[in-house]
Amino acid sequence: MKVRVTLTVNGESREALVPVHKTLLEVLREDLGLTGTKHGCELGECGTCTVLLDGEPVLSCLALPVETEGCRITTVEGMAEGGRLHPLQQAFAELGAAQCGYCTPGILLTATALLADRPSPTRQEVKVALAGNLCRCTGYTKILDAVELAALRMGRQEART
Amino acid sequence: MTKSDFAVIGQPLPKVDAWAKVVGETKYADDLFLPRMVYGKLHRSSHAHARIRSIDTARARAVPGVYAVITGADLPRVKFGILPVSQDEEALCTEKVRMVGDAVAAVAAVDEETAEQACRLIEVDYEPLPALMSVFDALAHPEVRIHEYGDGPNVHKSVALQFGDVDTALTGADLVREDVFFFEGSNHLPMEQHAAVAHWGSDGKLTLWSSTQTPHYVHRLLAKVLDTPAAHIRVIATPVGGGFGGKTEPFAHEIVACQLSKLTGRPVKIALTREEVFYTHRGRHPVLMWIKTGFTKQGDITGCHLRTWLDGGAYGSYGVASTFYTGVINPVTYKMPVYKFEAARIFTNKPPCGPKRGHGTPQPRFALECQLDKAAEQLGLDPAEMRRRIVAEPFTKTANHLTITTIGLGECIDKVVEASGWREKRARFGGTAARAAVSGGSREGGAGCTPVVQPEPPSPKKPGIGIACSAYLTGAGTAIYWNDMPHSGVITRADRSGGVAVLCGATDIGQGSDSVLAYLTAEVLGIEPKDVHVHPADTSLTPVDLGSYSSRVTLMCGMAAIQAAERLRAVIFQAVAQRLEVSPTSLVARERKVGVPDDWDRAVPFAQAVELGEAIHGVLAFPGSYAPPKRAGKYKGGGVGPSPCYSYSACVVELTVDEETGQVDLGNVWIAHDVGRALNPLLVEGQVEGSVYMGIGEALMEEQVFRKNLHKQPSMLEYKSPTTLETPEIHTILVETDDPEGPFGAKEAGQGPLLPVIPAIANAIYHALAIRIDEVPITPDKILKALELKRLGKPARVGPVKLPLFTFKEPIVVESAFGQPADAVVKRPFAS
Repeated sequence: MKVRVTLTVNGESREALVPVHKTLLEVLREDLGLTGTKHGCELGECGTCTVLLDGEPVLSCLALPVETEGCRITTVEGMAEGGRLHPLQQAFAELGAAQCGYCTPGILLTATALLADRPSPTRQEVKVALAGNLCRCTGYTKILDAVELAALRMGRQEART
Repeated sequence: MTKSDFAVIGQPLPKVDAWAKVVGETKYADDLFLPRMVYGKLHRSSHAHARIRSIDTARARAVPGVYAVITGADLPRVKFGILPVSQDEEALCTEKVRMVGDAVAAVAAVDEETAEQACRLIEVDYEPLPALMSVFDALAHPEVRIHEYGDGPNVHKSVALQFGDVDTALTGADLVREDVFFFEGSNHLPMEQHAAVAHWGSDGKLTLWSSTQTPHYVHRLLAKVLDTPAAHIRVIATPVGGGFGGKTEPFAHEIVACQLSKLTGRPVKIALTREEVFYTHRGRHPVLMWIKTGFTKQGDITGCHLRTWLDGGAYGSYGVASTFYTGVINPVTYKMPVYKFEAARIFTNKPPCGPKRGHGTPQPRFALECQLDKAAEQLGLDPAEMRRRIVAEPFTKTANHLTITTIGLGECIDKVVEASGWREKRARFGGTAARAAVSGGSREGGAGCTPVVQPEPPSPKKPGIGIACSAYLTGAGTAIYWNDMPHSGVITRADRSGGVAVLCGATDIGQGSDSVLAYLTAEVLGIEPKDVHVHPADTSLTPVDLGSYSSRVTLMCGMAAIQAAERLRAVIFQAVAQRLEVSPTSLVARERKVGVPDDWDRAVPFAQAVELGEAIHGVLAFPGSYAPPKRAGKYKGGGVGPSPCYSYSACVVELTVDEETGQVDLGNVWIAHDVGRALNPLLVEGQVEGSVYMGIGEALMEEQVFRKNLHKQPSMLEYKSPTTLETPEIHTILVETDDPEGPFGAKEAGQGPLLPVIPAIANAIYHALAIRIDEVPITPDKILKALELKRLGKPARVGPVKLPLFTFKEPIVVESAFGQPADAVVKRPFAS
């Protein structure tokens, strides 16, 4: 059975006619062309498909689009403002936090939620926040470094404004 | 050259593809959507070993939305395999299945769900055969043959090599140790599941986009299995979302996608599920090892004899190479005057094992380094000092005729010993305190203790610190098929904009090969990495690179890129020299200009220099080619092991072990890695950190194991791998030795640093609790079992005790080349 869903993705209203059981992950990738969101298991185990739902990290492989109508959905494509990268994106690129890059979108979004909640997290807090996102390339070191650098820069930016 | 002579090399620059990756623009194979594309699925065997009586696809064909259903009968009847000596696979099995997960039929349908539904309706009539699920099973039942080829019933490959008189060397030793170890298999667990999109065009030409580390080998084998001229096949490796060796050979889904595209006249995508990735496997071989080594009182090795048994799984894969690799690299690290090595790879009815980060070498490294630790204790030597003393000499040959060039291992050991506070912690941790606690002994009371203050109960967490070292090759010295052509090729083309295009078959799997090509080219031409456009891994456009395996890409593609850029620069210099009326030898290229350093005001902008060059020479496109020096030992099997140079690592691990729960908590890892030269220290650190992390997973939790013929944990939840919380702080120290074989002196970094982590953890656990866990993963149950043995007064060791009844063939006996000087003149093909 197909249903028409209206989703608010990265500030845009998007419609899709999809089977009711098709996951948010699949709809984002296949119906809305937002392939920045990746999949690693499609069983809710690896964190790769993380998107933000009203600012909270959610595994899009376990979410149904009908449940997310009326929510603000943010994918990696929605992190930059115009041509300006989010400080997390900037820090991840600069510090080599993305190797193969496949887990990167999910980790960036999880970290976005963390920094919104705790602007100056300790390293342990960053680790706890990212514990549900697997990365096989980096050993997490550069990822943690990049989140800390972004937090620092965002804090400075905050102080200036 | 010193660091200050470089503009780009040595800088911690972002990767050239970093920006696309952080905004989600990078297109991995499953991100490709082509017009009219349909989806393929494989019907896989539920039997571990069975004869196929018949296959009925009628019900699947009848499902609305199904475009095609195929079986092996619809493919040319030709077997394939990555190694020419092991052509034993079929994309769709025709007569027999040899493991659960073997593909038998396939469907193309309008969407994945329909394809899956149709796959379930395919009926296969099997005649079950006995499943051989272990090395012991397979050797005990020679009457059941998994394959009809090999070095004996269910023996895929057996090797026996002897370099010098090992028996005499062992007899004359002050201490001889015999130990048995087991290293469990593990999966690569790349975050990206394998995916491929095939488009067989109406012009009869086939294009395959695939998440592969080896587009060239896939290209060659597609031609064979599809019975189609290679000239009409184009393979494009999409950016790989994690490889680690798991995407290094052609797979059933790639071949099937091509055939389904041919039949349907549409592009076909096949993306594997995570469960399918576990069954596709090609990961770390489970290896049982027996190692006998002689030592002098001072800790020198007098000789070593190693036997390994590899559980190969159902197919050959890279197994012949893996078999050699369980023996040939150990002698590269320490002075080991004589050496004997026997190995056998056994077929079993499990997913085939193949190359995983370190390919065949982490297992014997674990055995040797744990044994060294035991020997050091017996000899009363500090395990770090003992290793430091026996480090191999630079520019010499090993017993098994491998050539060592630079070796920074001594410096690596010194650095980790110093950084970790080794001596102080070695004395303070573990030892008597921990042992007293284990045996129920009393806690030490300080002189200042007063009776009124109740002492805290002793912590069950016992600290320990351990060390291990390793070596790894920087690229296999021989291709997997014998030929005299380059291993890596580059075409570098300058255009009038001042931009430079680099075309190279290298496959970026996250290690940064695209970036390294840009950095090296920019360095030679005096431009910025951003000015360089790297076009990788497309068999129609790019010269061949053999693939992203054996840590070969930075060195081999790097050398080819430097050669191509230098040829381009020579023509540009010639043209600029004419214009400026100076000698070409007086020119330098830097800051996007070409000119004479003392007269820099007249320097010509790079774009203009290109125009001058093009006016004289015509189109500016230059090839670079690289093949390693021919150093194969002159004995059968001498082709596996040689490498242009070897990287070295030393690792110290500090941890605590909870003697109540058996839980290991890693505190810190210090690792020093001899990378020759860090072309980009940020990327090298990233490779080292990733290697350490993967080693931790193998040491403590990861295991590809089976129950009732099925994978016990084919999901990311059940298959344990380290998260941020299990990964400790990793302190990376880079050691530079400026190797004459590498591009600007660089050696590998992506695999070697995994190796020492695993034995360093095992050795630290021993230091903490005086228990030996001689097999990985070292899980809490094994630690508790060892502690229980210790309480009972038995040897506190958990590990394998039984060895297979197996007679190795007579060894090929060769004189040891140990200590001989490296060849003074190195002949490198295609060098300018």
